Amino acid sequence: MLMKGARMVLEALTREGCDVIFGYPGGVTLPIYDVLYDHPIRHILVRHEENACFAAEGYARSTGKVGVCLATSGPGATNLTTGLVDAMMDSIPVVAITGQVPKNLIGRDAFQEADTFGITRSCTKHNYLVKDISELGRTIHEAFHIASTGRPGPVLVDITKDVLLAQGAYHAPGPIHLRGYKVSLEGHGGQIKRAAQMIWEAERPYVYAGGGIVASGASAELRELAEMVECPVAETVMGLGALPSEHPFCINMLGMHGSYAANMGISNADLLIALGVRFDDRVTGRLDAFAPYAKVIHADIDPAEIGKNRRPDLPIVGDIRHVLVKLNKLLAETRETEGGVKSAARIRWMQQIREWQREHPFSDAYSEVEIKPQFLVREIDRVCKGDAIVAVDVGQHQMWAAQYIRFNRPRLWINSGGLGAMGFGLPAAIGAQCANPDKLVVALVGDGGFQMSLPELSTIVSYGLPVKIVVMNNGCLGMIRQWQELFYNRRYCAMELDSFPNCELLAAAFGMRGRTVEKPHHLAGALQEALEEPGPYLLNVKVTPEENVYPMVPAGGAVNEMILEPPQPVEAGD
Amino acid sequence: MLQLISLLVENKPGALLRVTGLLSARGYNIESLTVARTLDPEVSRMTIVAEVDPAMRPLLIKQINRLINVIQAIDLSEQPAVCREMMLVRVQVSDEMRAALLKEAEIFRARVVDASPGAYTLEATGATEKLDAFLEMMRTYGEIEVIRSGAMALPRSSVAARKAKQPLRAEQEKQLRKVTV
Repeated sequence: MLMKGARMVLEALTREGCDVIFGYPGGVTLPIYDVLYDHPIRHILVRHEENACFAAEGYARSTGKVGVCLATSGPGATNLTTGLVDAMMDSIPVVAITGQVPKNLIGRDAFQEADTFGITRSCTKHNYLVKDISELGRTIHEAFHIASTGRPGPVLVDITKDVLLAQGAYHAPGPIHLRGYKVSLEGHGGQIKRAAQMIWEAERPYVYAGGGIVASGASAELRELAEMVECPVAETVMGLGALPSEHPFCINMLGMHGSYAANMGISNADLLIALGVRFDDRVTGRLDAFAPYAKVIHADIDPAEIGKNRRPDLPIVGDIRHVLVKLNKLLAETRETEGGVKSAARIRWMQQIREWQREHPFSDAYSEVEIKPQFLVREIDRVCKGDAIVAVDVGQHQMWAAQYIRFNRPRLWINSGGLGAMGFGLPAAIGAQCANPDKLVVALVGDGGFQMSLPELSTIVSYGLPVKIVVMNNGCLGMIRQWQELFYNRRYCAMELDSFPNCELLAAAFGMRGRTVEKPHHLAGALQEALEEPGPYLLNVKVTPEENVYPMVPAGGAVNEMILEPPQPVEAGD
Repeated sequence: MLQLISLLVENKPGALLRVTGLLSARGYNIESLTVARTLDPEVSRMTIVAEVDPAMRPLLIKQINRLINVIQAIDLSEQPAVCREMMLVRVQVSDEMRAALLKEAEIFRARVVDASPGAYTLEATGATEKLDAFLEMMRTYGEIEVIRSGAMALPRSSVAARKAKQPLRAEQEKQLRKVTV
């Protein structure tokens, strides 16, 4: 089929199942916009390219499909980079299309020229510069293949303007084969057999479940495993919802702000079943004190993750779902003969976990006078009922949300886990709402991150996206304040945000409804009002500024050495 | 200590940058790097010598292998390999010392590739240490200029190379054997 390059881009995107593009036009991408003019693919005009990438991530994170963003050359492309690194860190499938100046102008410092290919090399799983129309169609299909298979990630395709304008032949692609890209899905049968044996032999098994479960769609298999082995399952910040939060074996998040039970559990387990995780420093704390008594089974699709931070006793390279299907089958077959579950030691282990859960549950902070941030998050949880998409920004509110908000299934929890990119929450909610138009999408953001992504209110109103924005407003950068309080002798510096705009006026200026709440007894009503509003809603909730997220493992500390409560004030003269 | 890495990469724009970028992002200095096409014009072979913390080497190899354009990366520091380097040296030499220089060069199997009044240009190949020694020798004749190609290496057996593409699978197989025995 003969067609223009710009049309070929959209043809290839359509064939890959793309139905929405998040983008911002510019000089060299105008040929694509000329085709978009009457094309079935929907284009969402964001207010900043960084948010185009975040929105594409929100789309991808909430659906599992590849998110697509589009930006022009130069500043358009450089603005994408934070989003690309974010997608890279959290293994999110995103395809970014950027325009480049015409081939004959490359290297001549043309208007809006930047070395996008060079700049984004380390921000992507792979990237391309297309200077020849004959390579265009295949390259876009390759980009989708690379983004969505193996360990997912962002792929950028930079296309020169002359290619977008040139005529070329488009062929639907056959199976894609790349010499240097091989994914092993299955997992080694012998290793899996050994894993089953280790699981039955263990007295204190513990599942450490991460984003790999979500990426591979292995929730059902994880649940089956947990119920068969009857052992605690802790989730990373990327794995929330992998096992329903209400499941009896789910012991919530582990790591720096993880639950007491999860962190004590991992510190006492004798077998760690690590599934789709990367032993991130925010989980492990001091590595040599992490899971000191445990043998480690580590299953991951990326061989480079195996042994990166913790040498496993049993490595399994494969797709988590494939691995778990086989493992569960083996466990089911050997359950009767091995009988590990019923052993006295195993029963004691689960009792110990329950005891830890009872000893230090998450704080139930409540006040009649002011809204405690933890109370706000519990209220959001109450109205979401475990079934809403919750996109969060970065900081204290993110950690409280991770602790308190329940999720019945994966892909409801949307956060910037690895990169911790502030300004992520609102645009990610836009992407998630576009992908799930009938679903309740809550953007829970701090007053810091909200102000980083403020212009996107305009996008939300433009497209009538019914996102419910809740600003946890403590008048400061809460996590910065917490660290300065705990580790910098309360020398508070550059953490105050004392000029938050008037919420009602702000919302009205953008053309949406908004309200500020300061009193605990007004909160439920305000949330109800937000939910009943057919369109978007901006709810500004003033909370106690001096609250800290606990438990907390100080950076570089051992995971079982948690700070559980505020430090007692030192009495003068004592 | 230096790590010797041998790579097969797709002969595509940016492939070199991906590999060197991975090293520079981790703060590793590249001591030498050679790259050229193989028999298959779509594939290049690359040899890199870099200063890499020994504990990080297996991870580095895996991360290089993860690059889409890399077909195979192996660590040759710990396994049998043929490793050679080439060098061109221009020596400013007085007329009366020319004969002596040529004799000395013969010991190192270096060849004269250019001669001009007052100077010889010699070509030498060999192991890095041998070339170092040759250079020391040539210095005694007069002022020298030098260019070195950096190490070029091939694994001693191609089977070893094939296995190393999937170090994990090899590791798994080894463990499996232990289990069944």
